[in-house]
Amino acid sequence: MIKISNLSKSFTLHNQGAAVIPVMTGAHLSVAPGECLGLVGASGSGKSTLMRLIWGNYVAATGSILVGGVDVARAAPREIIALRRGTLGYVSQFLRVVPRVPTVDVVAEPLLTLGVAQSEARARAEHLLAQLNIPERLWSLSPTTFSGGEQQRVNIARGFVHPYPAMLLDEPTASLDAVNREVVLTLIEAAKARGAAIIGIFHDEAARARLCDRVVDVTQFSPAVPA
Amino acid sequence: MTEQAYNFAYLDEQTKTMIRRAILKGVAIPGYQVPFASREMPMPYGWGTGGVQVTAACLVPEDRLKVIDQGADDTTNAVSIRRFFQRTAGVAVTETTSEATLIQTRHRIPETPLHEGQILIYQVPIPEPLRFLEPRESETRKMHELEDYGLMHVKLYEDIARHGQIATSYDYPVKVEGRYVMDPSPIPKFDNPKLGGNAAIQLFGAGREQRIYALPPYTQAISLDFDDHPFVASKADHACDLCAAGDSYLDEVVLDDQGNRMFVCSDTDYCGGRRAAGHVGRLGGEG
Amino acid sequence: MDLSIYVKVKVQEPLLSVQGLSKFYGKRIGCDAVSFDLFPGEVLGIVGESGSGKSTLLSCLAGHLAPDSGKVIFDTAQGPRDTVVMGEAERRRLGRTDWAFVHQNPRDGLRMGVSAGGNVGERLMAVGARHYGDIRGQALDWLGRVEIAADRIDDRPTGFSGGMQQRLQIARNLVTGPRLVFMDEPTGGLDVSVQARLLDLLRGLVRQMGLSAIIVTHDLAVVRLLADRLMVMKGGHVVEQGLTDQVLDDPQHAYTQLLVASVLHV
Repeated sequence: MIKISNLSKSFTLHNQGAAVIPVMTGAHLSVAPGECLGLVGASGSGKSTLMRLIWGNYVAATGSILVGGVDVARAAPREIIALRRGTLGYVSQFLRVVPRVPTVDVVAEPLLTLGVAQSEARARAEHLLAQLNIPERLWSLSPTTFSGGEQQRVNIARGFVHPYPAMLLDEPTASLDAVNREVVLTLIEAAKARGAAIIGIFHDEAARARLCDRVVDVTQFSPAVPA
Repeated sequence: MTEQAYNFAYLDEQTKTMIRRAILKGVAIPGYQVPFASREMPMPYGWGTGGVQVTAACLVPEDRLKVIDQGADDTTNAVSIRRFFQRTAGVAVTETTSEATLIQTRHRIPETPLHEGQILIYQVPIPEPLRFLEPRESETRKMHELEDYGLMHVKLYEDIARHGQIATSYDYPVKVEGRYVMDPSPIPKFDNPKLGGNAAIQLFGAGREQRIYALPPYTQAISLDFDDHPFVASKADHACDLCAAGDSYLDEVVLDDQGNRMFVCSDTDYCGGRRAAGHVGRLGGEG
Repeated sequence: MDLSIYVKVKVQEPLLSVQGLSKFYGKRIGCDAVSFDLFPGEVLGIVGESGSGKSTLLSCLAGHLAPDSGKVIFDTAQGPRDTVVMGEAERRRLGRTDWAFVHQNPRDGLRMGVSAGGNVGERLMAVGARHYGDIRGQALDWLGRVEIAADRIDDRPTGFSGGMQQRLQIARNLVTGPRLVFMDEPTGGLDVSVQARLLDLLRGLVRQMGLSAIIVTHDLAVVRLLADRLMVMKGGHVVEQGLTDQVLDDPQHAYTQLLVASVLHV
């Protein structure tokens, strides 16, 4: 479902003397449907960079990133948009929404863009919000005012509202209490069970052990730092 | 100074030729506003300088001229213009609609149906029907060119929204032969149905604005409206108090401080003709 | 697995295809050799500082300004047509039907002397609507969609707040169901709180109506939330274009890097 070959990435800082900073080289991995791959490595080793390369908001220098048959490293913007719409889900650590939009609509939006009827989209959003223990009185409010844990759960609801065949999860259980952590782990297991290919970053070792079929240490993809 | 000091009908022949060209172009393109080099006339703008120039360009010595203001032959403006052409052109004049060959009018179409061979000349203060909605002349010309007339209906929409009906009661715009939207000058909308299919040539002259436009005989002129708010040629719901006519446009005249009032035909020739034929209205006997 | 959830990019024609569009003001560059395709349902953001040529480009695209060279090919009902060489009558008809233009200052896009209902109804009447009741019904429906109370329908926009005026301008533009909307700094003159409301409204309308839009703005937060794709202009040239979050998160060009780094928080 997801197959990365010979991927490298560098940043060129034009405004700082055009310094070229290589951050990743020769990365390769693949994830099959129903499989969960955990990315490990120290902070700054490139886990998030790899996620962003797959999501398409970082430009690859070389290599290919095949997701559901689309090479994100080469695809036209509209192909990536379509990929994100129906195939590739992403739960980031941060919730980025238009202020003022009610939580339930934030969660339902991915379905609306896929053309699901408003009533059904809202119903599925409400179901997930309830499952994630977001009190019903908050559904009509904007999540921008919520606590970190609540925002994280809204973000997860948004990421799970559509059954994406491929998913990227960046610390999905961070800042959650035990009850909600369990709910999220169950959601991820259910996604695996229906055949989703998942790449995740889990600092929560117990979660990683429970969910991940394999782990990849991204440190091996770090370019050799010249001395 | 003697009358002979003037050319026939006051204007010099070159000016008349220029105006006639504009008239011919206007007749050829019904409803289209043709620019012309309006001359200074010995009367103030707003007193019919446009109509007078068109009349001067059309007059021939054999003509019999009728001039009306708001339907009446005997108001100051009508009398002045009639005298002006009597002095400068020496043409015959009449107050009888059917006998006139050329009628200059301000704000009315005579009640008596016009016939072929007659010319009706309107004095026009503002020839541009889009003016009050779009003040830029460059833009309104473009709108005419491109038949971009949505704005015309916006005005009618606003009327209905504000008053429950189309409240425009005079100066009511018409679409000519399915092409140009035209301002019929401030005639009451009661007169609008007479614009279309008329046997006479209708010419419109705006002196200050330097525009001439025309409706040749039997031209289609349809008053703009909505399907669910159709155009109605309304008038006061009375009969004439002098001649009892139920089908003519009426003026309301306040009679005293007690609020007594009467309704009389605005077309004095029509009213007089009916009274001469023996029709008597509610107050007609007392006169 | 249910295969219907794979959304394939259908082979489709671009709605708008811009090829080598240039406009010069004497020797000064307005915009130079701009080319891009816009596909149905896509929202393209154009960013750049004042004088970068983004407004010139938008004016050329919308037919308000005649470019010196280049093509703006729009997929009309009769097939793709170059709107640059099309007659003004036809281009205006396009402007009343398939195209819409939302000005930064609502006063430029509204008739301030005409009621809210009349403003919304104008485009309908311009394309031939002649039933007052229907026109008013549609105006009411659209006022509702842009969150303007029904009892304001007969009020003139002079008495509306800036946000309301802008929402009215949007309703007036979208009432005839255009396929392409040009927007020039649509949230420009508004308070931050009002901007958010308008952005949400625009997002919803773009999605529901399947609109394509080209939004010119200098506000990177606005394009982040509204645009699928981004084009960065400087000195009349397109220096970088791509997926919006890619351009903002991993800018490739020096100018874009400077632009993104200069923003306090996007």
